[in-house]
Amino acid sequence: MTGSFLFQAVIYLTAAVVCVPVAKKLGLSSVLGYLFAGILIGPYLFGFIGEEGDDILHFAEFGVVMMLFLIGLEINPKAFWHMRKSILGMGGLQVGITMIVVFTISILIGLTWPVSLTIAMALALSSTAIVLQTLKEKGLMETVYGRSSFSVLLFQDIAVIPMLAILPLFGSQFIDGAARHQGSLLDQLPIGLQTLAVLLSVGLVALSGKYVIVPVLRLVATTGLRELFTASALLIVIAISFLMEQVGLSPALGAFLGGVILANSEYKHELESNLDPFKGLLLGLFFIAVGASINFKIIGDAPVFVGGLVLGTILIKTLVLLGVGKIFKLNTDQNLLFSIGLSQVGEFAFVLLSFSSQLNIIEQPQLDLLLVITALSMTISPIIGMINERLILPRIGTAEKVKKAADSIESKQKVILVGFGHFGSTIGRFLRANGVNTVILDHDSNRVDLLRRIGFEVYYGDATREDLLESAGAGEAQILISAIDDPDANMKLVKLAQKHFTNLKLVIRAKSRVDAYQLLNLGVENVYRESLDTSIKLASDVLGMMGHRKHTIAKQANKFIKYDEASMRRLSKTIMNSDDYISKVREEIAQQETLLRSDLMSKRMVDADQHWDADQVRDEQK
Amino acid sequence: MSKRILVIFAHPRFEASNVNKQLVEQFLGMPEVTVRDLYELYPDYQIDVQAEQKEILQHDIIIWHHPLYWYSAPPMLKLWIDEVLEFNWAYGPRGVFLKGKIVMNLITAGGSAKAYQATGSNHYSIREFLRPFEQTARLCHMSYLPPFAVLNSYRQTSKALQQYKDHLRSLLEAFQQKNFDPASYKDALFMNEQAELLNPLNK
Repeated sequence: MTGSFLFQAVIYLTAAVVCVPVAKKLGLSSVLGYLFAGILIGPYLFGFIGEEGDDILHFAEFGVVMMLFLIGLEINPKAFWHMRKSILGMGGLQVGITMIVVFTISILIGLTWPVSLTIAMALALSSTAIVLQTLKEKGLMETVYGRSSFSVLLFQDIAVIPMLAILPLFGSQFIDGAARHQGSLLDQLPIGLQTLAVLLSVGLVALSGKYVIVPVLRLVATTGLRELFTASALLIVIAISFLMEQVGLSPALGAFLGGVILANSEYKHELESNLDPFKGLLLGLFFIAVGASINFKIIGDAPVFVGGLVLGTILIKTLVLLGVGKIFKLNTDQNLLFSIGLSQVGEFAFVLLSFSSQLNIIEQPQLDLLLVITALSMTISPIIGMINERLILPRIGTAEKVKKAADSIESKQKVILVGFGHFGSTIGRFLRANGVNTVILDHDSNRVDLLRRIGFEVYYGDATREDLLESAGAGEAQILISAIDDPDANMKLVKLAQKHFTNLKLVIRAKSRVDAYQLLNLGVENVYRESLDTSIKLASDVLGMMGHRKHTIAKQANKFIKYDEASMRRLSKTIMNSDDYISKVREEIAQQETLLRSDLMSKRMVDADQHWDADQVRDEQK
Repeated sequence: MSKRILVIFAHPRFEASNVNKQLVEQFLGMPEVTVRDLYELYPDYQIDVQAEQKEILQHDIIIWHHPLYWYSAPPMLKLWIDEVLEFNWAYGPRGVFLKGKIVMNLITAGGSAKAYQATGSNHYSIREFLRPFEQTARLCHMSYLPPFAVLNSYRQTSKALQQYKDHLRSLLEAFQQKNFDPASYKDALFMNEQAELLNPLNK
């Protein structure tokens, strides 16, 4: 019974569905919820799942890969290039110093140097999954703290490659075969050719991004089949990861590069919204598996010893990170968030440690202990982070600065423009001429292609889907402009936005008076009839041609629009097509004409403008 | 009940003016003070006369707040006077609605007090340049106060500006008192005359 796939799925999903909302209710990050769910169902507590947790762990690591792809999508190559200093500087220092410290301690307590080096490498890494998930959840990616954490994690992801490469050098010779079939296709090649192959495959990914992936996505988009797009998105990530694994690069790093390459493409938001649920589920599964893998027997045998090691590891990592943050001039509160955030041992440690165990570098008891330390540190560090945020930071009193730092960095754009045809593109051009850049969405893939070649940053996607709006930033934006031609799609978008994104101010194009009524009745304040201003402009010019003074016409036109808007708002309450409606419209039009004419007459006939200077008034004054 | 103040504010380039921004901020924090930002309300110069008249009726003191442009007010304020102060409403046989109200110009100007005098480069005092406003007030049966002026507006330090703001605030609070007597200021050059004379920038 326990072996059945459905039973397992029920267990995992139930644990997640129960634990994560509880964690969220308590104000904790979802990561902690998943970890505890894993501990609960793991072999040492309820025992719903046993050793197969390890396999699940490997499978779920793909969630990390997907997350890095999605993060890559958010970082265009230019921004990536800007970060090179902090990636190399902060990341290099952190990994280097942590390794030296851990290595020295290990040698001092009498371990051999290959073991010490393996431990040093494993402990130097932090958890990309935990840190980035937490940062995303709290919306802190754009802060100094977020960027610094990300730089360090990225360096670590790159550093894993040489680490995995040098491990076999210390292994005893007879496990060579075991190591080899684990390794990549290229192991037999000389080192120069291996490097070349790696560079070639990175180049291949970069080129195929532009010349294969985007054209294929365009093709898929024209079919209009949503599931086909999801399949393509998954295919991209999996294919890139597979290629990278073949040449010995970390799949996560490969996926990240793939993401960066596609960050400028028009399919960015569509890819995001399609992959996001997969990423979330896999990451959740990954955290559960980590929780389930904590070996409580080892902890039970020597609780103080294990506890000491875990806390010691976290302490060393935190101190090194604090130092690095200091060198890179992070202020105190950002630095504390940064160093405590990254203080756990990461998921790559699982990989490194099991690999070195296969190479007979470390022995089984050492492996078990190190795995426990890794899993425990992953569980404890979010708790320490929470203590830091709730109890320590408020006392330091610099917490206010976090917000300021966020402002200084390029943040999510504030206006979303849906529909980029003739109407929308004029809106976009005028906004851009005034320094306002919008996130532009359009569902016509041919047009998107054309407009991007002209130089507009337009994204492909159907904006009447909640997840796409979400990834376009509807949760954080202030204004949503709809310039959609199709009234039904327009209405759908409005209802969607009103339901899910109450933060948005809606500014909506209406095709006709009838559409305007409907929009008004939905409670939209800012409704723009597309023909109103143009037709009045035309009529004004005709009056001008007939000899009317243009300034007077302009004033009349202005009043006409004002009256008409007011009357439309009144009429929107009356049901269309009823006799009542017709008579009301007649009434309104008659009244409008009377008002405009009387304004015109009063100016012409009475000429009150001259009275202030009339002698009669002066005499009265005396 | 304290008296209510209506600030008619006209500045076509408000976003570029630090001094006026600070002065407006001062108003926004005060009770019983309404600010009408004309260039924001009527971007196309189409003043809603009825709305403006309604506001005037609900207030006792009017402040025309504007920078000094070409020795006068920016065009929007002139248009406001042209259109809002209607015959038989503001003046004329039945024009009694402004009777007894107090009005003052609050201005900012780049020149110094030294420039605005018979021997200075501008030849006339600020008070003389503002005669049209004074006479308009008289025609509409209002009491006209001397202007409150922030001169040398491009050279004010933030400390000096704070003094102006404090001074303005205490003056506004004095206006709101029941026993405020506009006649006592009749001959002053500025409402803030004393302070201006002491200002080192005017020496």
